[in-house]
Amino acid sequence: MTNNVETTEMITCVIDGFEVTVPKGTLVIRAAEKLGIQIPRFCDHPLLDPAGACRQCLVDIEINGRAFPKPQASCTIPVETGMIVKTQLTSPVADKAQKGIMEFLLINHPLDCPVCDKGGECPLQNQAMSNGRPESRYEGVKRTFEKPINISSQVLLDRERCVLCARCTRFSEQIAGDPFITLNERGALQQVGIYEKDPFNSYFSGNTVQICPVGALTGASYRFRARPFDLVSTPSACEHCASGCDLRTDVRRGKTLRRLAGEDASVNEEWSCDKGRWGFKYISSRERITTPLLRGTDGELHEASWPEAIAAAAAGLAGKRAAVLTGGRLTTEDAYGYSKFARISLGTNDIDFRSRGNSVEESEFLAAIVTNLSTTYRDIDKADQVALIEFDPEDESPIVFLRLYKQSRKRGLKVTTLASHSSRGSEKLGAIRINNISELSELTAKSVILVGERAHETPGLLSSVAALAQQSGAKLGWVPRRAGERGALFAGALGNLLPGGRPVTDAAARVDIQSAWGVSTLPAEAGRTTDQILRALDRSELGAVVVGGVDPMDISSEALTSMLNSFVVSLEISHSAMTAIADVVLPVATVIEKSGSYLNWEGRTRAFDRALEDSLTRSDVRILSMLADEMKRPINLPTVAATAREIESLGHWDGATVTAPTQSLAPEVIPTGNQATLESWRLLLDLGTLQQGEENLAGTARPATVVISAARAATLGVVDGNSVSVTHERGTITLPVAIGDIADEKVWVPRNSIGSQSIVTFGAGRGVLVTVVKA
Amino acid sequence: MTTQLTPVLSAFWDEEDSYTLAGYQRNGGYKASAKALKMEPDDVINLVKDSGLRGRGGAGFPTGTKWSFIPQGDNKEHYLVVNADESEPGTCKDMPLLMANPHSLIEGMIIASYAIRANYAFIYIRGEVVHVVRRLQQAIDDAYQAGLLGKNVKKGYDLELVLHVGAGAYICGEETALLDSLEGFRGQPRLRPPFPAIAGLYARPTVVNNVESIASVPAIIANGVEWFQKMGTEKSKGFTLYSLSGHVTNPGQFEAPLGITLRELLEMSGGIRKGHTLKFWTPGGSSTPLFTAEHLDVPLDYEGVSAAGSMLGTKALQIFDETTCVLRAVLRWTEFYKHESCGKCTPCREGTWWLVQAMKKLEAGEGTTADLDKLIDLTNNIAGRSFCALADGAASPILSSMKYFRDEYQQHLDQGGCPFDSSASTLFTSTAGNE
Repeated sequence: MTNNVETTEMITCVIDGFEVTVPKGTLVIRAAEKLGIQIPRFCDHPLLDPAGACRQCLVDIEINGRAFPKPQASCTIPVETGMIVKTQLTSPVADKAQKGIMEFLLINHPLDCPVCDKGGECPLQNQAMSNGRPESRYEGVKRTFEKPINISSQVLLDRERCVLCARCTRFSEQIAGDPFITLNERGALQQVGIYEKDPFNSYFSGNTVQICPVGALTGASYRFRARPFDLVSTPSACEHCASGCDLRTDVRRGKTLRRLAGEDASVNEEWSCDKGRWGFKYISSRERITTPLLRGTDGELHEASWPEAIAAAAAGLAGKRAAVLTGGRLTTEDAYGYSKFARISLGTNDIDFRSRGNSVEESEFLAAIVTNLSTTYRDIDKADQVALIEFDPEDESPIVFLRLYKQSRKRGLKVTTLASHSSRGSEKLGAIRINNISELSELTAKSVILVGERAHETPGLLSSVAALAQQSGAKLGWVPRRAGERGALFAGALGNLLPGGRPVTDAAARVDIQSAWGVSTLPAEAGRTTDQILRALDRSELGAVVVGGVDPMDISSEALTSMLNSFVVSLEISHSAMTAIADVVLPVATVIEKSGSYLNWEGRTRAFDRALEDSLTRSDVRILSMLADEMKRPINLPTVAATAREIESLGHWDGATVTAPTQSLAPEVIPTGNQATLESWRLLLDLGTLQQGEENLAGTARPATVVISAARAATLGVVDGNSVSVTHERGTITLPVAIGDIADEKVWVPRNSIGSQSIVTFGAGRGVLVTVVKA
Repeated sequence: MTTQLTPVLSAFWDEEDSYTLAGYQRNGGYKASAKALKMEPDDVINLVKDSGLRGRGGAGFPTGTKWSFIPQGDNKEHYLVVNADESEPGTCKDMPLLMANPHSLIEGMIIASYAIRANYAFIYIRGEVVHVVRRLQQAIDDAYQAGLLGKNVKKGYDLELVLHVGAGAYICGEETALLDSLEGFRGQPRLRPPFPAIAGLYARPTVVNNVESIASVPAIIANGVEWFQKMGTEKSKGFTLYSLSGHVTNPGQFEAPLGITLRELLEMSGGIRKGHTLKFWTPGGSSTPLFTAEHLDVPLDYEGVSAAGSMLGTKALQIFDETTCVLRAVLRWTEFYKHESCGKCTPCREGTWWLVQAMKKLEAGEGTTADLDKLIDLTNNIAGRSFCALADGAASPILSSMKYFRDEYQQHLDQGGCPFDSSASTLFTSTAGNE
């Protein structure tokens, strides 16, 4: 990374007798923090615009000998040269002012700390102790409200606890761009409210619960479940998408109770999306598999011991040509385990982490281009424009969206999006929508192109993107949807790549890995892609498959049936469609129960420890290592830590790479009449496996709608809200209409939402011809 | 030396058609704007600056200086916004002015808009005064009709004037809350900086002036700086409207040079109501600290009132005689401030909530001397701690009444209730006591 020297003017001022030098524009309250002086505050938040509303942070200020006549809110005033600040530590006026404000805040605040979720981690509680009066002088009547109000299915509001700091409303407006909550009424009756017809269905609503300085906003899933001091907190990484959030997992007596956004200024700042925050019920699902399962001669699965199961798996795999399919949700260590297992134990390069649509073009793009990408969030911060290619950040990588929104709000960052239509997210970004990549213009070395995983669905698009980045010098980022894809790529869980970006077909690269692994040969031919593996299984060219957390419906509607005639070893956490056809099922640990690391879309590593100490479940790599031992082709990866060390020792390949794909864009079939070309993507909150069991979260999902153009709607004689049916020879999806800026010849449906699973129903996510009729 | 009244804005209020365009023009109306439009805008600003005209809305900021803060040549829209959200208890100058002489404001706005290079001007008026809204709107329509507003007010200079009716919130008289409300948001004060002169309405350079300030401008343009400066005192130049209300024989508007005293004004208004004596009064609305009979000779200009421990404010002189319970009067104001607190900041929102309860207890005679000290302490925790100046206003009557009438507060506690006959202070025949 180049370290651009930005000349920042520095200002020196004096706080409580100590000099401090800070960049120009720094607020007094921040400058004081630098000296370790904590000025109490409620409305202040470093990532929100100053409000000056709570008045808790009042300090005495003089500038060049001129004193302000009144104490000033230190959260609203930037430091100036010659400024002398006296906080509560040195100014009796400031101290009295703060105590006075604290007393006012408490007069209408209920004394329900013993039953309040926030009690024990409450800024009001803490600061009332540190900066308040020991006793209340208030003898009057407290303001009360009916409690609580559901402002969404997931967020509850206890108005009488609210100190009206406006953090939640400012967050929603300034950070998420979802001003669904606002302050209404006035005086002491002022309160946070929603528009009655429009609940607080923001993808980021959970952050308001986290930054609420009192217990006014609580999450329905955590409310009354625990006391903060009974929780054991572990820093963790989010497994839901490739944004790469730092999270904190809080566990009480072996049960995961909540997850909070961790702080990482370079990635998620202090935010997370609601899926990352609340989507963890799958961990304690009743569908969890706790012991190995073996299919008996009766055709049913039976519980088995680990040695039995491992032996059966080894026996089943012996002598068969086998392939490996891994879901995109594995940690880098687990993916590395599969990668090594395929090469050494199965002697094949037939491994693919893409349990979704895929193409050879994409394999080449990943191997040639993505392995060397180093675009980061920081590049977005500095970009002169950002182009989104078949990538809807709010739905597919929400923290990328927050970054874009921040820059869009702060400096009007130009965003262009190649998408079927303008989503709510792209509308918030003020994105210019284009239909063809050739419409992108003015790309410079300061521009950023973010290409989504769906780009492979348009043949030739990835080649064009690679060429465009090359020509313009723009920074390129590939943003897959799943948390483990970039890590799996690095681990070589792809047919044409060995770990560290080493091309399979490059002899030097193979020698590199052979010596590291202590084996004499490695298969030299590039392996099959997911689609090719499935076809080979279907045709019995392959006899067995090892599957790690794959939902076959994410790949295609035929994926499951393709595997029916093969020997299937499935490593998974819960009963699924795979379990139903597997011969050997080996239960594995969830992210909470294991350690490991993820590589996010930037290629940034986030390692984490297990949050559940006494879990009996094992990480995939340990199980694969046992299996390899049983097969007498050991991979020697006994622990996650050992795996991580081995990956590190391999390093990154700096030799020749695979050639970048040069496929040209094919003209698309233009449908006629009531026919349309299908478009879809997955909404953030949908039927995804990892969201199962969390109904409060599901309640905030965006409703599934069919997006058609105004012209098509007019032809069909429908308006917003009317139902239309989208039909393909395999099936029909019927949903309410939302008229959008989509091209007349296209139709969009959610890929995996309630009432709209395009892969299940149509066998495809994109590109097939469907008919659209009024329902 | 007796000060004479100086009717300028109110000079022809007694004429039947004073509020019409014809009536206004017969009395020299729209000559000043015609004159100003022939001048260079900067010269207009300088003239108003030189005159020493200060804001009549309460703070007394020099009007011409405020205009000169608007950055010129910035290729941005500039806006003039007139604050007609007159809501302070006791303040009643702008509404009568707009009823009787609305064109003086419109003419002033033409001059001011031209000076600051604004093509759009707004009047933000409170919603309760429907009759004033109608009259003012008619006056604006008439001015448009006469070509005084609209396209080519001067060749190449357009001016659109919009009358915006608020929904009746005291906070919207605070200039930044007014701007938020005008933009369609909830009226709550904005963080400053940026000041309105840099980023006001729609984040564009904006001048916000009081009705009377702007309405005073045409007379200054017409008659010149010297004429204006002959009136008033050294630092408070010119004429202004003093609004007498309460226990006076003839309440109403008295247009006089700044620096006149209440003693003089009482002489003109027939004195305290018959058979009674002055007890306390507000110099400029309920937000200005109370005065008593000892302040009868305080010159009612910005400096004089300030030196005596209060503020000139809106020159709303509310007169209370000896029949008035000061605690009761102050409690009514406190209830007003509680009702009108916008809720944005803690001291005002929570403090006024508490004050009302505390004072009600005192009025009922409950509590001890320690509660009086607590009341003062509470009030001091509000004053000077809030986001905008409105909470300071809430604190003023309490602190000043405590200063002059603490004994009377104590008396409530000693007697276990109010020592006054509340019906005696009413200006009508009360039947309350007979029932």
